[in-house]
Amino acid sequence: MRLSIPPEELMHPGHLACQGCGAALAMRYALKALGPDTIMDIPACCWSVISGPFPHTALNVPVYHTAFETAASTAAGIRAALRVLGRERTTVLAWAGDGGTFDIGLQALSAAAERNDDFIYAVYDNEAYMNTGIQRSSATPYGAWTTTTPAENFKQRPKKDMVRIMAAHRIPYIATASVAYPEDFIRKFTRAKALKGMRFIHILAPCPVGWRAQPQHTIKIARLAVRTRLFPLLEIEDGVRWRLTVNPANPRPVSEYLALQGRFKHLTTAQVESIQESVDRNWGDVAALAGAAAVGAAPPDANAAADEP
Amino acid sequence: MGDALKTLPDFPEISMSCADTAYNKTGQWRVMRPAIDAAKCSRCGVCWKFCPDAAIAFDGGLPRIDYEYCKGCGICAEECPRACISFEFEEK
Amino acid sequence: MAGPATAPQTEVMMGNHALSHGALRSRVQVIAAYPITPQTQVVELLSEMCASGRLAAEYIKVESEHSAMAACIGAAAAGARSFTATSSQGLALMHELLHWAAGSRLPVVMGNINRAMGPPWNIWDDQTDSLAQRDTGWMQIYCADNQEVLDSVPIAFRVAERVMLPCMIVLDAFILSHTAEIVDVRSQAAVDAFLPPYAPRWRLDVADPRTFGALTEPEPYYRLRFMLEGAMQEALTHFDEAHADFAAACGRRYDALAGNARAAVDRLREEGLAAGLLRIRLFRPFPVARLRALATRARRLCVLDRNISFGAGGIFAQEIRSALYGLPGAPEIRGHVAGLGGAEVTTDMFCDMARETARASSCADLVVWKGLRDAPQHSA
Repeated sequence: MRLSIPPEELMHPGHLACQGCGAALAMRYALKALGPDTIMDIPACCWSVISGPFPHTALNVPVYHTAFETAASTAAGIRAALRVLGRERTTVLAWAGDGGTFDIGLQALSAAAERNDDFIYAVYDNEAYMNTGIQRSSATPYGAWTTTTPAENFKQRPKKDMVRIMAAHRIPYIATASVAYPEDFIRKFTRAKALKGMRFIHILAPCPVGWRAQPQHTIKIARLAVRTRLFPLLEIEDGVRWRLTVNPANPRPVSEYLALQGRFKHLTTAQVESIQESVDRNWGDVAALAGAAAVGAAPPDANAAADEP
Repeated sequence: MGDALKTLPDFPEISMSCADTAYNKTGQWRVMRPAIDAAKCSRCGVCWKFCPDAAIAFDGGLPRIDYEYCKGCGICAEECPRACISFEFEEK
Repeated sequence: MAGPATAPQTEVMMGNHALSHGALRSRVQVIAAYPITPQTQVVELLSEMCASGRLAAEYIKVESEHSAMAACIGAAAAGARSFTATSSQGLALMHELLHWAAGSRLPVVMGNINRAMGPPWNIWDDQTDSLAQRDTGWMQIYCADNQEVLDSVPIAFRVAERVMLPCMIVLDAFILSHTAEIVDVRSQAAVDAFLPPYAPRWRLDVADPRTFGALTEPEPYYRLRFMLEGAMQEALTHFDEAHADFAAACGRRYDALAGNARAAVDRLREEGLAAGLLRIRLFRPFPVARLRALATRARRLCVLDRNISFGAGGIFAQEIRSALYGLPGAPEIRGHVAGLGGAEVTTDMFCDMARETARASSCADLVVWKGLRDAPQHSA
């Protein structure tokens, strides 16, 4: 039989992720794309637990667990060592959660991007501090319940636009990826692997526990994030050449995405409508940058995948 | 933790892995059990593709769930395009 | 290792540049650094050395000391000899990662120029910055002159790489960092014979993929910390060996404790006071046995601290009291704090402290503050 993604597994079963964990799936795909000649560092995040307790590991590549805010700076050091030791071909991957990327690690990440350090930085974004028990981060979207943004006082500010922050650094490659689109996901990591300099990949990784969702709905929710145009799948070269890789021609209403997640259940119809408006506005901006029509039309780039999971 | 350390000559100076996570039979976590109806399966591989636990392998072209590790998230049942994976409570 | 003593090659350089030359001679492979007064010249010169190709190292121009240490940690974990330098606030910013380097058993070597902690802003000499890091698992060497600064870099790397612990080389702001002295820079061959290339037992290696630093349960964590303490104690022997080999290779003898004769001691002896001077070069690991062996030769110890652990007095005095506790015939200890934030410590002050220590009816005071003009009244 012909598989649409590589069969090799570098992530072992027996890892400690919760049922239906989007971050676990993201790691599985990333390693399929990058292969065994990869060295990874992981700051404090769910994956510092998922990989398994000493002396076990679920990951069949070298991994260095590093301090919360140092994913990028530690990766820069690993890359420098490999260069001086003549091991240039090895891929260096910094693998961090949204807290370690959008919040506490942003300074180190920005600096590595400005220097155009030669590694891939991947953030698996589950939109809150899930490992410590669902506290809001700057990646938490407007409207969401978390344990520090209770329903009576839900998150009032929009999610930080990390992709544009990274684009402003004019790094060679930026992509967004979804666990519901494995072929697109793996193609982007494979492309990133072939490039030099700083590469940033933003993965939306649903968290059934933190999103108050059913574990079997992880893919459904991730797919709806794309089909509602809430999470555009795109690539950006040198911070300026934007391109949509999936163009949902007949977008679903964002209410379908929100309805599967208990973290949004307190929202009024008016609040849901305001989220829809912000999604439409952002899609319009992104589509304009990508040169695609905001509504309906297929993207001008014939290579962009159709909206099929 | 002790058994895995026996593969090293000495207790390492640092916290360092010396075995994979095969010891951790996460199938024990399962409350709901997915089961593939081989007769209806089209062998498309979607269940394998979306398994967060890498707990589905192919056996003669047919996907087979490794119940030692399957945590019972149900993604495979939800995503199967032929709806040929049942998802029922484990019998106690 | 008995290499022939090579002919001296002398240059006039400030302490900061002695640190850079030490890193050059140690063939460091990765440098990650951030500027801070009074350290900046260390990394400026290293930057020039890398740019000119004189030093074949990767130089990462990080955005903070925090990232400097994180990059050194990543580089050392991947198998490269790694170096940085900092001071004061920069060292404090690194604090979390000092634990990280030691806990990962990575032999990063760092220069720290002792500078007072703010606020208020103060750029002058004060040891509180480095002594506040005493519990991080870093070895610490305190230098008395620029030659010792340079020589301590290869010594630090050699011991660090053998015991798998990081090492800090500490020097005084301006008094050493910006003061030019004649320094023997020695031949590269002598240092190469003394310091072999870094060959870690474990590193991030795709041919042997392992996960480092995963969640570790209490029992193995406790055991790993016991092993770290064991490495610290072993380091005492490795320092002795390194000091002996270094003396054979380069003709200069260092010790964990130094007994340099100084102007104040000379003057006190002329006055008929039987005074000697003991300098603690190695602060971590603390040379307890050596100190206990020497201490009974004195009736009283006058300890000078250019640092303060608020509420507990000078830090060297505390450490010495702790080391000598219960020793039969142990000397009484009078702890003095002086010179914080670069305040002057003169020969006259040294002599006063020694005379007062000799004559005081008791040494019971926690700390005696010296050189405070118009001292406000403490309630204590």
